[in-house]
Amino acid sequence: MQAKPTALKALDIASIVLLAIAGYLALIYAPEELVMGQVQRVFYFHVATAWTGLLGFVAAGVAGVVYLVTADEKWDTVEVAAVEISLVFFFVTIVLGSIWARPIWNTWWTWDPRLTTAAVTELIYIAYFMLRAGIEDPTKRARFGAVYAIIGAISAPITFLAIRFFRTIHPVVIGSGDPSAQGTFAMSPHMLVAFFFALFTFTVIFIDLFWNRIRLGSLAGKVEELKLSILQ
Amino acid sequence: MFLDQSTPDTSVYMIAGYTIFFVITAIYVISLAIRERNLKRDLATLEALKMEQEQQAAAAAAAAPVAPGPARPRSNKPKPTNKKARRKQ
Repeated sequence: MQAKPTALKALDIASIVLLAIAGYLALIYAPEELVMGQVQRVFYFHVATAWTGLLGFVAAGVAGVVYLVTADEKWDTVEVAAVEISLVFFFVTIVLGSIWARPIWNTWWTWDPRLTTAAVTELIYIAYFMLRAGIEDPTKRARFGAVYAIIGAISAPITFLAIRFFRTIHPVVIGSGDPSAQGTFAMSPHMLVAFFFALFTFTVIFIDLFWNRIRLGSLAGKVEELKLSILQ
Repeated sequence: MFLDQSTPDTSVYMIAGYTIFFVITAIYVISLAIRERNLKRDLATLEALKMEQEQQAAAAAAAAPVAPGPARPRSNKPKPTNKKARRKQ
């Protein structure tokens, strides 16, 4: 395997620095929300991880389309990398949301349209890895995975739009939502800074992890190839 | 107070949220590093194995019997007829 590119090393460092700044902005710089208290600060990372999670699921769908068109193995590696990282980020989103909901909604979980669609999306992508694990032939596995990722990507916009289409208690902070939503708040300029900086930071972190994960996938492919050549 | 509008103390949930975020992220990053280390180790082992296999194949090819060459020409010398001369030869 080739040595880590300098750009990737720089991106690793930038991600750590940006995460530290985003943490500072979310925990110290942004003012305390008067109705919800400190737990509102969870919102900055909750939305940012959700954004990167959904971004990755869509990216996996696009990689799936490109794989089916080109039949190039590297797009399968890209697809797997996107799904894996998004699965982790989206899991964090659900957990952070649940922690926020406990003091605000007085429950850890409720079958609200947004929460339900988010849980379904997470389960869809857990099943993606189960499907891949069940297929031995690499070409067949990549083809089935690509089709599944394309269909699965539909769940991302559904989850995003669930709070705008359905009656829900989940707050819509950007744009207008259901008036019966609980936990809605207006963002002050300082809050907006923390919010958009967190979105930017998590996009950079996603790109960094994505690049690292693609390299890992290529290395795994190389090992697999070598194993097969030795066995033959 | 009946109309108490003070901000609730929800800092425990905030701490729990950020702790979980950092723990999950750290676990994922560590898992990436461990997988990379293991794959690099596998790659080194497999490359050594492949080299060994190639060396064995080369050695086997060198040790294999050489293909028979052209037949040696027979001597035109007439065979000795008597026993003594045959023994001398």
